Amino acid sequence: MSNVLCSLSNIAKSFGPVRALQTVSLAIDAGQCWGLVGHNGAGKSTLMNVLAGVFAPDQGQILIDGVALPAYTPQLAYRHGVRCVFQELSLCLNLSVAENLCVFHPALRGWGWRKRARALIAAQLDEIFGEHGIDADRSVGELTLTQRQMVEIACAFTVVDQPLRLLILDEPTSSLDAVTARKLTGFIQRRLQAGLSVVFISHMLGEIFDCCTDIAVMRDGQLVLQQVAAKLDRAALVQAMGHADQDKIESAASSATRQACGTSAAIAAGLLLDVAMPGSPVPHLRIPRGQVIGLSGLAGQGQTEMLVKLFTEHRAAIRTAFVAGDRVKDGNFPLWSIADNLSLRSLPALTKAGIRRWLGVIDRDREAALAKDWHQRVDIRTQDMHNNILSLSGGNQQKVLFARALSSDAELILMDDPMRGVDFATKVDMYRLIRAEAAQGRTFIWYTTENDELAYCDKTYVFYQQQITLDIARDDLSEERVIAASFGALA
Amino acid sequence: MMRISRTEIQTLLLPFFSLAAVLVPIFWINPNTMSYFGLGLLLSLAVPMILATLAQLCIITVNDLDLSIGAFVSLAACIAVTWLPQQPLLAIAALIACVIIYAAVGVLVEMFNLPSIVVTLGLSFVWSGWALVLMPTPGGVTPQWLQDVMNFAMPVIPTPIIYSLLIATLAHWYLMRSSRGVRLRGAGGSPKAILRSGGSVLKSKAIMYALAGLLGILSALTLVGLTTSADANIAQRYTLVSIAAVILGGGNFVGGRVSPIGAVLGAMTLGIAASFLSFLSIAPKWQVGLQGAILIVVLSLRALLARRGA
Repeated sequence: MSNVLCSLSNIAKSFGPVRALQTVSLAIDAGQCWGLVGHNGAGKSTLMNVLAGVFAPDQGQILIDGVALPAYTPQLAYRHGVRCVFQELSLCLNLSVAENLCVFHPALRGWGWRKRARALIAAQLDEIFGEHGIDADRSVGELTLTQRQMVEIACAFTVVDQPLRLLILDEPTSSLDAVTARKLTGFIQRRLQAGLSVVFISHMLGEIFDCCTDIAVMRDGQLVLQQVAAKLDRAALVQAMGHADQDKIESAASSATRQACGTSAAIAAGLLLDVAMPGSPVPHLRIPRGQVIGLSGLAGQGQTEMLVKLFTEHRAAIRTAFVAGDRVKDGNFPLWSIADNLSLRSLPALTKAGIRRWLGVIDRDREAALAKDWHQRVDIRTQDMHNNILSLSGGNQQKVLFARALSSDAELILMDDPMRGVDFATKVDMYRLIRAEAAQGRTFIWYTTENDELAYCDKTYVFYQQQITLDIARDDLSEERVIAASFGALA
Repeated sequence: MMRISRTEIQTLLLPFFSLAAVLVPIFWINPNTMSYFGLGLLLSLAVPMILATLAQLCIITVNDLDLSIGAFVSLAACIAVTWLPQQPLLAIAALIACVIIYAAVGVLVEMFNLPSIVVTLGLSFVWSGWALVLMPTPGGVTPQWLQDVMNFAMPVIPTPIIYSLLIATLAHWYLMRSSRGVRLRGAGGSPKAILRSGGSVLKSKAIMYALAGLLGILSALTLVGLTTSADANIAQRYTLVSIAAVILGGGNFVGGRVSPIGAVLGAMTLGIAASFLSFLSIAPKWQVGLQGAILIVVLSLRALLARRGA
């Protein structure tokens, strides 16, 4: 323990009545990579905000190089080489990529700063991601979510005047496709060898084991386990996070899936939609009623555009709901309560009877009942559904968006990578819910960046450059074929 | 060293064409206007309008709206024609106090998360009240040096055009090109990003509001340099016209997306639109309404273009 770069001792932080962190202590050595895992709302993001200087802790100390820093701010963190890539991206959408680098690094000033910024960010993007196609003069608002995440990561890695010694990555791969994510983890491993320290938060345990030297598990605002990664396995982690046994949950889910698949095949009464894709290797996107259809491929190959197209073209004829992937941009109503966010899609069905129906008066009792029901069904971590939506952690906000679609009368549900930042147990619950709803005759179109999730789809279409290169049924699913098709190889 | 990016050029197309759309018919109806004196006359009142528009732009950049700028310019104009010639020190102190009040309003709005529309609407009555106390009846005399600055005749190119170009260049450089300006716009785009990178949104707002106050005073000084006297309501219409000019120039109400050059073109367009209607010999009672109609047409066009671009 001679080489401690940064240590947190007995950190506590509360938000009103919610104790987000209770006496958390963690020591980070130079060249160490901590994997931080836990449920949504376990306090991971809060802890990292404290480490980055954004939140001041109520109690406890932050020491860097053995010196206690009582007035710890983002500026001070930056000066000591501590930086953070936040889960909810923090880029200014009105500024260009190079200008965002200037916001991140105040030392970029004076004559020619723009030229320097442009060169720095381009070089860093090249170094991490290889071919990226991001122009440093493009406005960030025009980039895709994936590209924005790449920009934010590259900004954090760029060194201007202060060194980079400890980097916090909060769900850095959640918007990246598998290949780009692998490039990032590869880059991180090279930097670790050069002495960089990293805290890596992820719900994908595979990544954690690939990258991290040490693993810490958080539960209910406390660190319940700190251990060298080599001494741990998946089962131990999942148990520490508070699940009984991941395999058991998984097998239960998949057996439920299998049953559901059987019944839904029987229900499947013809096609709901048949989208012609002229010029595409697979010329038709066929959506049978009561099935779960997966859209796969690298990020940004036209999957989201397809969902939006289906939504705008068919919402008049088919009752449709959309689960947004980018919850900040097109999911949440940030000034509304959790309940209001949840019930939004169902408001027409929640109006009172008689003349009040005609006037559009909402039945508040039924709305509250709906909120209460889904509070339990998707386990939203809050005491009061009337709290503001932003009081929830990112994953829980995503659950609300899910519940908004599932609680409605929609027969077709379009999902734009909805599991971004959702923890494992919740995901399994969601998978089960999706299968159960499909068995009831609902149709799902599900764009996902995680290949594991394709196992829950009856059929998968792989996209490559706005075209479909592969359609594969659930029984024939093979990851190799999906990955090959993701790069344009034709089956 | 004036560089304009591709997206900036795109947002500038519409303000540029709207300016052309009011200028060309005027030239066509009366070719005499295409001269040094003609253009000077057409644009004579553009400079104070442009400065007031840029004041509004500062506030809009940080996602707020200033409903008091017209009343504020009026007050500053009253100070400029009463105290400035006789008690210059008092006048300068009063104007500095005004800028400080502006900055303080920015701090208040950010600190207590107040709606800027309400605060500045209230403030507009305060400014108007003070202006009336200072000048119950129209009158006053503008200091000679101010009149000289505004009536200075440049060779070849009309003076208002030179001044407008100068102002546009400075504003573009500071807000769009300098690293400080980038951070100020960043505060409008994502306050969270500024906080997380160790910046201060409070400071950004204070600076932007103070700049707005300063530009408002410059607007008043240039205005009285042209009119040589003032009254308590001399610039009331600037409030709405400045908002319209910023939006016409490609700015958005939220998100920190603004264009100083576009706003300058927008202010010129709206200024000339009035002359345009006179040239068509439309009775003055119809002019205000028609000006509004022009504005609606241009802004609808912008919305349509934006949709096609998306």
